[in-house]
Amino acid sequence: MPLITEITIFVLAAFVGFEVISKVPTTLHTPLMSQTNAIHGIVLLGGLIVVGLSDFWLDNLIGTIAIFFGTINIVGGFMVTDRMLGMFVRKPKKEAAAEKKPDAEPEKDE
Amino acid sequence: MSVTVLAALDPQSPFVQACYIVSFSLFIIGIRRGTHPTTAKQGNLIAAGGMVIAVATTLALEGIGNWGLIAIGLVGGSIVGVVASKRVQMTAMPQMVALYNGLGGGAVALIAWGEFRHDLALGEAIPLDAFIPTLFSMVVGSVSFWGSNIAFGKLQGLISGQPMKIPGQQVLNALLLAGIVAACIVLGLDHDSGPSQGLFIAVLIAAAILGNLFVLPIGGADMPVVISLLNAFTGLSAAAAGIALDNTVLIVAGTLVGSSGTILTLAMATAMNRSVGNILFAGFGATPAGGAATEDRPVSSIGAQDAAIKLAYADSVVIVPGYGMAVAQAQHAVKEMADELAKKGVDVSYAIHPVAGRMPGHMNVLLAEADVPYEKLKEMEEINPEMPHTDVAVVIGANDVTNPAAKDDPDSPIAGMPIIEVDEAQQVIVIKRSLSPGFAGIDNDLFYHEKTSMLFSDAKQAAADIAAEVEGL
Repeated sequence: MPLITEITIFVLAAFVGFEVISKVPTTLHTPLMSQTNAIHGIVLLGGLIVVGLSDFWLDNLIGTIAIFFGTINIVGGFMVTDRMLGMFVRKPKKEAAAEKKPDAEPEKDE
Repeated sequence: MSVTVLAALDPQSPFVQACYIVSFSLFIIGIRRGTHPTTAKQGNLIAAGGMVIAVATTLALEGIGNWGLIAIGLVGGSIVGVVASKRVQMTAMPQMVALYNGLGGGAVALIAWGEFRHDLALGEAIPLDAFIPTLFSMVVGSVSFWGSNIAFGKLQGLISGQPMKIPGQQVLNALLLAGIVAACIVLGLDHDSGPSQGLFIAVLIAAAILGNLFVLPIGGADMPVVISLLNAFTGLSAAAAGIALDNTVLIVAGTLVGSSGTILTLAMATAMNRSVGNILFAGFGATPAGGAATEDRPVSSIGAQDAAIKLAYADSVVIVPGYGMAVAQAQHAVKEMADELAKKGVDVSYAIHPVAGRMPGHMNVLLAEADVPYEKLKEMEEINPEMPHTDVAVVIGANDVTNPAAKDDPDSPIAGMPIIEVDEAQQVIVIKRSLSPGFAGIDNDLFYHEKTSMLFSDAKQAAADIAAEVEGL
């Protein structure tokens, strides 16, 4: 692909990114960060290509570590974001949820 | 060749390109849905779907082999990712995000090295339009990896959160950066005659040292800016890797992450009324500002019972949480206190300063975990006009973000920083262990204000005590 095409994609993506992300409210900034953590796990693709192209132990090692890191990012990032965003969804029975809290105060008298 | 080829999609074929277009579109739609709490969870799933398509397409590409190693990486990474995401406490999210930033940066740096070795092995001239982005992603990825690890260490308490000043710090950093750029130019000039791998590795190491030196002097309270900036770095390095590898989905995804990190960095710096450069290079809090001696000024102290009476008979209460609430894991106790007050007919809301905590939105997530409805969380601009009509403001583990010196004292190190104007409320209760200064290392005039009562206690204990007292009223 010609370099100029790739730069065009980069610049347009930057504008789209700024437009979309500037609309994310501050209350969701932590989930936004963990979701973007997951999205940059896309570098996994680079790891796949490095391992795929290589035959030498060092390249295999480099690529496998990159795949490992990228996968942690993707799986861990999307899952922890999902867990966090679940907390922002209004629970129908608040009292029931409150009693199930794992670290409820011992001195809490019901 | 031990590389086995099981699938054979041409990387530049229209089908592969179409899959990548679908994939990055889903990322954008996913983030777009993340603009509201009710749709964000669905948006996250959409983005994850985009990721599945991108990975599946790449696995089917021509030339992808070494399935055993790929499986080790994928399965190992998945196990770690699943366990970490289930176990991590909400109070530890800043550390986790820092660590993930680092992993992403590290992966990019490794991929750049792998690309470089592959190009060398071909024995032909390396085209500059691939080599320059490779060098960029290697340097920025390496800085991001090491910088994020230091940020993780600081947030996790493995290394001191205090700013660490090293003599000649700035000169050293500047020299390192200049050396890295010079070495990259040398590598680039040799692109057609076999650039030195030794020099490449030297640059990788120099970038690692720069990453360490760049984050070490930055204090814990400035972490929201640092984490956001490292997020931007990792994104940009991924985009550069995408240019080097001719991979559109990598370019777009990396750029989206870069935009996100940049926006957050600027938002955090604005909320501190400091430039990004000042935060990165000034080592805030390293020089304690002069001022009145702490012990000499009278403060009025209060117990949980009196605090409960003040709060229960108020019409409106605003809770101002800070990092101390996270450290004390007090979010559930605070919510219970607010619930007891609500039962007495008190209107309770929460005022969230943009840089409260250790990362953007940190307080919001903690309170969401404690089931506080997001409508109750008010941003600084929204709550400040209401402060004069507020009966009691309760400051829990926050300090510098409430310091009136920011608007009253032009000589204060935090002069001009927007604050939650609790001093405008009718009365103020500050829950704090001691009178020790906050991260900026400056005394908080709020503690000595005539409206202020200090409740000296652990945040969690105090909130639980007040809740019990209110219930008994």
